[in-house]
Amino acid sequence: MIYLQLFWSFVQIGLFSFGGGYAAMPLIEQQVTQLHPWLTAGEFADLVTISGMTPGPIAINAATFVGIRIAGFPGALVATFGCVLPSVCVVSLLAFFYFRYRRQRLMQDCLSGLRPAVVALIASAGVSIAQTAFLVQGRSPLSLFGIDGVAVLLFLAAFLLLRWKKPNPIWVMLGAGAAGGVVYLLL
Amino acid sequence: MPEAICMTDPSLVPGQTGHGDSCTPANPEPAGGGGRGPRRVKRLRLCGRLFLSTFYISAFTFGGGFVIIPLMKKKFCDELHWLEEQEMLDMAAIAQSSPGAVAVNASVLTGFRIAGIPGALTAILGTVLPPLLVLSVVSLFYDAFRSNPVVAAVLKGMQAGIAAVIADVVFSLGGDVLRSRQPLSIFLMAGAFAAALLLPINVIWILLFCGAAGIARGLYALRRGKRRPAPPSGQGPEGGRGE
Repeated sequence: MIYLQLFWSFVQIGLFSFGGGYAAMPLIEQQVTQLHPWLTAGEFADLVTISGMTPGPIAINAATFVGIRIAGFPGALVATFGCVLPSVCVVSLLAFFYFRYRRQRLMQDCLSGLRPAVVALIASAGVSIAQTAFLVQGRSPLSLFGIDGVAVLLFLAAFLLLRWKKPNPIWVMLGAGAAGGVVYLLL
Repeated sequence: MPEAICMTDPSLVPGQTGHGDSCTPANPEPAGGGGRGPRRVKRLRLCGRLFLSTFYISAFTFGGGFVIIPLMKKKFCDELHWLEEQEMLDMAAIAQSSPGAVAVNASVLTGFRIAGIPGALTAILGTVLPPLLVLSVVSLFYDAFRSNPVVAAVLKGMQAGIAAVIADVVFSLGGDVLRSRQPLSIFLMAGAFAAALLLPINVIWILLFCGAAGIARGLYALRRGKRRPAPPSGQGPEGGRGE
């Protein structure tokens, strides 16, 4: 029974959260703290923090976190499945129309307007992640006006490396993580 | 939806005979198994690479949302050459306009495009597994995780690295838009960026507006009797129109 409730709650979250990322947060909060007594407000705050710190979409992270606390690992699987199911159905439908009609004039015109907007949205995602990276949290060996000098230097080094040498981005991220670990802990 | 699968590059997916089950590693037949053997093996290997790619992309998308798009662009367009840049942007727009997590939606689309329905299922699995595993472990002892200084330091460094990867992709894609010298496209890019950062609205509205603007431009060009091909054809006849 609890599995069914979990499943149904996360189907609704998956179906009604447009825009992704933090847009889903209010919905998740409503489902797991108000409609169902699954998490306390404090636990929900922890969930938000941890979702931001760990990889993956926030809705999937929330599904796993809530599912495990309520009904163990099977609960996590059920909640994640429920969360993914609606988007898969809707996206498959849209994909069908996209691949079928993308050579049409009207579709071409629409997409020609969407592409620059997508570039802008990627840029704004970059700005928001840079904000969290650059703001001083806790102790920093090199800070100026609340901006973390170490993070800025890491960013610039990684950016120049990517522009000139074109390495695999995963190595850049791992390298930045290792450098961050060494610098913040030693200095 | 066999029509959709047919749009896939024929060199990548030669056979459309197998369905759903062709991704399960039941028995990887050797190449000598008649006409269908090599195809099955090829499809299987394609799904395998797709799984690994989506798995490690998902393992590095912190913060969710559009962060996954630059990583997918790097992997699928620049490294593996499975997708064109424009297709990637189209799929990003579709992923953002659909309900649910953008990363999951984008994975379904790319997986479907690369290897049909088995590809879509493989891509979902690859995208969902890393957060599922990581969160399962973390939720067991999240107090220790949250207050661990080593974890915090490494994560902070990685955020700076991810910001650099995104900046790199934005430079490439944004440069393409600027070089196209289409005033409307440049205006839409700047406007959408400002709106996404400054206005407290859902980005769906930005996408709807920009799609409508693109259609309006097409209709305007049509009414003036100038049949233009797709946008990246350099300075179009509307060059002096201004905004």
